[in-house]
Amino acid sequence: MVGAVYGLFALGYTLVYGVLRLINFAHSEVFMWGSFAAVWCMTAFGARAGMGVVPAIGLLLAALVAAMLVSGGVALLVERVAYRRLREKNSPPLVALISAIGASFVLSELMGLRDRVAGWLNLSGPLAPYIDRAREYTQFTNPLANVEIVNLGGFSVRSNQVIVLVAALLMMLALDQFVRRSRLGRGVRAVSQDPEAAALMGVNQKRVIQLTFLIGGLMAGAAALLYMIHIGVTRFNIGFILGIKAFTAAVLGGIGNIRGALLGGLVLGLAENYGSQLFGSAWKDVVAFALLVVVLLFRPTGLLGESLGKARA
Amino acid sequence: MSTTAPRPAERRSLGDRWHEAPRVLKVLVWALVALFFFALPLINPPLLSTPDSDFGSVLFTVAGYGLVALGLNIVLGYAGLLDLGYVGFYAVGAYTVGVFGSLHGDLPWPILVILAVTVSTASGLLLGAPTLRVRGDYLAIVTLGFGEIIRLVALNSEFLNQARGIQDIPRPPSLELFELPTLSWDGAVATVDLNDTSVFAKFGLLDGVPYYWLALVFIILILVGDTLLQNSRVGRAWEATREDEEAAELNGVPTFRYKLLAFAMGAFIGGLSGALFASRQGSINPETFIINLSMLFLAAVVVGGQGNRWGALAGAVVVGYLPERFREVADFRVLVFGLLLLLLANFRPQGLLPPRRARRARKATQQLQHLEGTEGGARA
Repeated sequence: MVGAVYGLFALGYTLVYGVLRLINFAHSEVFMWGSFAAVWCMTAFGARAGMGVVPAIGLLLAALVAAMLVSGGVALLVERVAYRRLREKNSPPLVALISAIGASFVLSELMGLRDRVAGWLNLSGPLAPYIDRAREYTQFTNPLANVEIVNLGGFSVRSNQVIVLVAALLMMLALDQFVRRSRLGRGVRAVSQDPEAAALMGVNQKRVIQLTFLIGGLMAGAAALLYMIHIGVTRFNIGFILGIKAFTAAVLGGIGNIRGALLGGLVLGLAENYGSQLFGSAWKDVVAFALLVVVLLFRPTGLLGESLGKARA
Repeated sequence: MSTTAPRPAERRSLGDRWHEAPRVLKVLVWALVALFFFALPLINPPLLSTPDSDFGSVLFTVAGYGLVALGLNIVLGYAGLLDLGYVGFYAVGAYTVGVFGSLHGDLPWPILVILAVTVSTASGLLLGAPTLRVRGDYLAIVTLGFGEIIRLVALNSEFLNQARGIQDIPRPPSLELFELPTLSWDGAVATVDLNDTSVFAKFGLLDGVPYYWLALVFIILILVGDTLLQNSRVGRAWEATREDEEAAELNGVPTFRYKLLAFAMGAFIGGLSGALFASRQGSINPETFIINLSMLFLAAVVVGGQGNRWGALAGAVVVGYLPERFREVADFRVLVFGLLLLLLANFRPQGLLPPRRARRARKATQQLQHLEGTEGGARA
């Protein structure tokens, strides 16, 4: 099920890569901020296990909105601070990557030092429940009980798994249709195919790039909430390893390819599961990285081939 | 071709004048600079010295970063390959020393170091041979993965003692020839402190100074090799590959081979500094080699100015020394680094000390201008 989360998360990499041909290194922190937004939302509304089903679902939806908004906002901020100036100056990709690494450090450390930051702003008191133990794992309270739905011969399907998978698929479907059918989506595809021609045809490139970051951020926010439902804890530095995995998923499916990202995420999730069955769960991360290296060597364009531009309306 | 006589009115830069200085003078100045750096931990100058931690050890840390930065500078600065997993080679070097010196053998130290650089160079070749064919930005991710895999393997493998790491790593053989006193300062007045001495080349647990000297020797050796290499055919091939790979290939530069060479050289130096680090620390564990270290190495090179060996060293000083000198900000150092990287990338992408254009390149431009100037004059 974690594969679906990877898939959603990977969209941000795929979209930005498709349009800018750059790896958005700071995308992992966009995800991390989303996961905290989900936690804070639960804290703010006083969520606890064993509420009624209706308010619990309402809370989860509120957390979804909060996570998506925060992630989307952070993604726009990253675009503004780390990328725009460099793009206007036509800097080499390496500089943009370093700028993004810098942004990623800042975002992750701001979260890790949030108790200090709140202290500077004289908000330590009112924000106490949100900034507690800033460098440790923070628990997510899921108001919805994780019940067993069906049991298929010893293999139980639980409600959380269903929620994660269905939500991820719905998100994917919505995004896929948006990019294929809407006017803005056409702009995104045009810019990724040929930025100059798109600009000549009257596509506002700046707007499209912002939009790409925004969508990537929104999806990362959704992925973050699903991740919290699935895993339950977050920390200021979780972004890094998850980011690499999401990127692996994006490359696996063919970077720049939206459907590929989902497929890549699911394949990676399965590979991790089987990998930990075969070699023990400690080797799970090694399996993911090894898979990435192998894919890059033998099929650098991924399973479905790259390019966002080739998707037909 | 001596068609371009230098115009007499032209102001010559310090660098040019230095270039034309007599050889004896140059050697003398370099020797003085080297002597100063060797004497630095003994002089213990008041403003530079670190009040909170042992100055000799801090200097060793800085020198270690310097060594790594020089190695990464070859990969990143000269050949233009973004290696985000450089810590992997560092870890390979350190673990080789640990495994064959303590955990599964007890080879003498010099052989350990040779073994460490051999193994790390080999790992560089093994990683580079397939991955250097992929696109540049993929390389960054693959190397990032490599750095993480090395750490995870060390963490999970029974053979490498898992999270416990390796202890009792052999130190370099001690010479113990003579004692050197250090200066202690009271304001601007220096007194020779005979109690706080450093035994020349006694590689013990406490005194970091001999390790610093050893690292400095390696730095000097590498600087010499680096200079020779950059001015040779190899250096030009790297430059061409970095600037435009296709054009270089079309002009007959076997770019893949040169990229692999740069990668292997980087791995060599990374392994060497890892080996030094392990023998100084005496113990290592997987947590020593987290990926943040890679980012710090990268920051050193980028902050200093990629492609300039002095820039890389300056960057290493920034990365290694400043957090030790100003311990108060230690908690915020990653944050500060992030901000620094962000600001540098946006406002000074070439780094603090950007590489000067090769004398050759500047001469070519000058010639071109000269030729164009005369042509224009003839036509008019």
